[in-house]
Amino acid sequence: MREITPNPGPSGYSTHLPGGSHWSLILRRGTRLRITDPAGGANLALLMYNPISLGEKYNAPDTLKCQHTFKLTQGHCLYSDMGRIFCSITEDSFGWHDTISGTCHKSDVARRWGERDYQTQRNEWLQNGQDSFLVELAKYGLGLRDLAANVNCFSEVRADESGQLSLTRQSQAGDYLCLRFEMDTLVVMHSCPHRLNSAARYPRLGVNLALDLAPPMAEDDLCLNHCAENRRGFDNNALYHFGLPASGLVSQ
Amino acid sequence: MQIQPSNRNPDQAQQRQTVRAGDYYLGTLKQGQVLRIVDLEGNQAADTLFYNAADITERYSATDTIASQGNLYLGPGSVLKTNLLRDMLSIVADTCGRHDTIGGACATESNTVRYSLEKRCMHACRDSWLLALQEHEDCGLTKADITHNINFFMNVPVSPAGGLQFADGISAPGKYVELLAHMDVLVLISNCPQLNNPCNAYNPTPIELLVWDA
Repeated sequence: MREITPNPGPSGYSTHLPGGSHWSLILRRGTRLRITDPAGGANLALLMYNPISLGEKYNAPDTLKCQHTFKLTQGHCLYSDMGRIFCSITEDSFGWHDTISGTCHKSDVARRWGERDYQTQRNEWLQNGQDSFLVELAKYGLGLRDLAANVNCFSEVRADESGQLSLTRQSQAGDYLCLRFEMDTLVVMHSCPHRLNSAARYPRLGVNLALDLAPPMAEDDLCLNHCAENRRGFDNNALYHFGLPASGLVSQ
Repeated sequence: MQIQPSNRNPDQAQQRQTVRAGDYYLGTLKQGQVLRIVDLEGNQAADTLFYNAADITERYSATDTIASQGNLYLGPGSVLKTNLLRDMLSIVADTCGRHDTIGGACATESNTVRYSLEKRCMHACRDSWLLALQEHEDCGLTKADITHNINFFMNVPVSPAGGLQFADGISAPGKYVELLAHMDVLVLISNCPQLNNPCNAYNPTPIELLVWDA
């Protein structure tokens, strides 16, 4: 894998995260991450932390209840437990990303697709989401107690009237979403299967990731204006960045 | 919605106490013991976290519980799972019938987003939990251990189209839920102090806790 250049130019940086893999990086305020599913059926799981105050993390319940939604899509913001916005979903071709199912454990993968055995499987090993997160988190001094409900990009999980859950739809080839980072954010990710995926064979499906710089946010921004709650979330970010040069933030 | 009444006699409970709105309860439930939480006046939310008393890094996991039962709501028969996918507690009786575990707890910070930046100083569940862990350092709990909780007696319906709302409560005075412990469990409850949400009619009220031995 190539190194990220210290100062990405207008063309930014792009890479492919293979299926069954994990990675993490810090994305700065004012940058964008475009996630594309090249083949269809991928699941990219995300967790987010404040890199200078690691106790601040993505909070799915706070994100859902302040925007009165169960699904995540364009116009939504992803909130930390401190009332701030890590990132906004500025584009989304898919329409429904899950954030309440959690992630597959070693025992889930073993039961459905077989035991993980690197000696024989090598790069085709049956990696699971929980261990992927734990390995990445350890790189920052974080562990089991720092795990939280993650986002599962490209996995539509619906509940019927009685609350029964099912994985009702997955992305098609070419589906994408774009996250615009509203504060510096440690992004921890893995591309292991969604835990409700019942495919006969381990779905080893990677995603393309592309970084670039976001244009300054306009007053008519979709995420800012999605609901009064989001405007207050951006106000909290503005307070957090008080005294710093503006970058992708709305002008007051 | 399923209802499962209990035949346990409150007069034979080994422990019995009232927790006022805005206060917390921290205590240990031994394996085999049964905890009843009573919504004394109706439509209150008991924001609850559970930990393995022998190793607090193992704790109640909302996502793992939801995925294991394949259903969003907790009710009679629900098995509460830990983050290691072990059985922690079971709901063995329930006269309310549905409890939330995706709505999270109120916090001063989320109150700024949901209601107003200038409401940041109003009391919130997470502040109650944080006071509990400061006052009981011996438990070893830190902010990192404040995870996604259960809101007993709270109704947060999700629509098939993906909407989510905090609906009027389905609880009523005297409704209760009972939990059987499958391991020694540290119980941390914030009896919700929220004054901004119509789901409790802007009126937080006391709950009662009863414990029966195995």
